[in-house]
Amino acid sequence: MTEAVRADGLGLRTDGDWLVRAVDLTVEAGETLAVVGPSGAGKSTLLRLLNRIEEPTEGTVHVEGTDYRDVPPTELRARVGTVPQDAALRDGTVAENVGIGPRLRGESVSRERVADLLSRVDLAGYGDRPVEELSGGEAQRVAIARTVMMDPDVLLLDEPTASLDSAAEREVERLLSDLLATGDRTAVLVTHDERQADRLADRVARLEDGTVRAVGRPEEVIA
Amino acid sequence: MIAVAAPGQVSVPPQLRDPVVVDGLVQVAAASGLAAVVLAVSYAREIGIERDLGGAFIRGFVQVLAMGALIGFLFSIPLAFSGVVLAAMVGYAAWESRKRGDGVPGAFRVSLLSLYVGAGVVIVTMVAAGAIAATVRNLVPVGGMIIANAMKTNSLALDRFKGEIESNRSEIEALLAVGVPPESAVAEYVTRSVHASLIPVVDAMRTLGLVYIPGMMAGMILGGANPIYAAEYQFVIMGMIFAAGGLTSMTTSLLVSRHAFTDAAQLRRFEPSDPTPTLLGAIRARL
Repeated sequence: MTEAVRADGLGLRTDGDWLVRAVDLTVEAGETLAVVGPSGAGKSTLLRLLNRIEEPTEGTVHVEGTDYRDVPPTELRARVGTVPQDAALRDGTVAENVGIGPRLRGESVSRERVADLLSRVDLAGYGDRPVEELSGGEAQRVAIARTVMMDPDVLLLDEPTASLDSAAEREVERLLSDLLATGDRTAVLVTHDERQADRLADRVARLEDGTVRAVGRPEEVIA
Repeated sequence: MIAVAAPGQVSVPPQLRDPVVVDGLVQVAAASGLAAVVLAVSYAREIGIERDLGGAFIRGFVQVLAMGALIGFLFSIPLAFSGVVLAAMVGYAAWESRKRGDGVPGAFRVSLLSLYVGAGVVIVTMVAAGAIAATVRNLVPVGGMIIANAMKTNSLALDRFKGEIESNRSEIEALLAVGVPPESAVAEYVTRSVHASLIPVVDAMRTLGLVYIPGMMAGMILGGANPIYAAEYQFVIMGMIFAAGGLTSMTTSLLVSRHAFTDAAQLRRFEPSDPTPTLLGAIRARL
C-alpha cells in the first residue's frame, strides 16, 4: 500500500503543556484510520495539526511523501479536507454551502456536481433550502458534502456524529460508511465512540494524554 | 493659569477675565448638572456606568479646555508645525482606537497607517483644493475634526471585525480547512465591518439639516456668515468626514484581516492584553 499521510514526531505544546506529543502515525492510501481516546486526549488537536490549521511546535507531517510545510496551505487543505464537529455552515442556501469551497477559491462551481453530491448525502432537492431550516443531521450531511465537493485525497472527520441525536447519528454514519467503503478515499476519523470506530475503521489508534498508546486492527485496540 | 501677584491678591490673565469665559463656566455647570443627573440615575438603578461616564466626562472637559488653550497658543506658531500637531493627533487617535480591537493582531499599526491614509489623503486634497485654508487657524481644528471622525469610524470597524471573527471562528476555520484562502474566508466579515463602521456617518449625512444640525454650520451662522455658504461649507465638511472615514475603515478592515492570519494561513487567536497598556507605558517598554 502507498503511504498517504505520515506524522513524524508531531507535537503541539502551548503554555508549557503538551496537547499532542511525539505522534508517529502512518495512514495508508485508501484506508480509514480511527483515532479514539477519552475527552481531552488531544484527538481533535491532532486532526487540526494534520492539515495545518494548527501549527505544530514539534515534528511535521508528510502528505504523499512531501513535507506539508513545502506545500501552500490552501493546496494542502484542498487535498486534505476536514469535516468539522459542528457543521459551521454559512448563512445561505444548502447549494451555496456545498459549492462554497470552489467558489471562494475562484473556481467554477458545477451545478451538476452539487446536485450529485446532495443526492449522495440524501439531500436531493434541498439545494434552495436555507441552512437555518435544516436539522442537525441534515446540516452535518451538508458539511460532509461541502468537504467532498473539493474532492480531497484525504478526509479528516472530527467527531462527525458527536453533536447529533441517535437517529441523525445513524444517518450520518451510514453515509460515511458508503463514502469510505469504496476504498479510493483515505480518511482519519476522530471519535470518542469506540463502537463507531470498530464499524467504520480499518485500523484504530488510541490516543491518551496527547500520545499514541496503541495502533492496530480494531479488534486489537478496542477492548 | 493663575499667578499670585501679592499676598491676598490674585492676578487673573486677561483672557480668563473675558465675560464670555465666565458665561461659559455657567454653561459648563449647567451641562455638568445634567450629566450628574444621569450619573445619579445610573447609581440609583445600579446600572454601573457612573464610574466610566463620570471619568469620561471630567476627562473630556479637561482635554477640551487644554485643547482650547493649545489652539490659542498654536495660532502663534509657524504653519509647518501644524503638520507635526496633526501627525501627533493621528498617533494618539490610533492609540485610543486600537483599544476597540484589543487582541486583534497589529491593531495599533493598522490603525495608525489607516488614519494617516484616510485623514491624510482628505486633508491634503482639501487643502490643495482650497477647501481648508492653509493656515494654522484652519488646519488644526478642521484637521482635528476629520481625524477624530476617522478615529470613530476606525474604532467601529475594529470592534465589529473583532466581534465577527470571534463569533464566526468555527465557520472561518471550516472554510480554511477545505482550502479556502484566508482573505476569501473573511471577506464577508470585512465587508460587514466597513458597512457597520460607516453607519453613523451615513445616517448623519442622510439626516443632515433635517434632524442633525451640525455645530460648525450653526457656529458660522451665529458668527455672521452667509447661511447658504455655511450650509455649503458644512456639506464639504461632511464630505471630508465621510471620505476620511470610508478610506480609514476600508484600509483598516483590509489590513487587519491580513494580520489575523499567520503565514501558514492559520487564524490567530485574539488575546486581549492584560492589563491594557497606557501610551506612556508602551513607549517606555519600547525604549
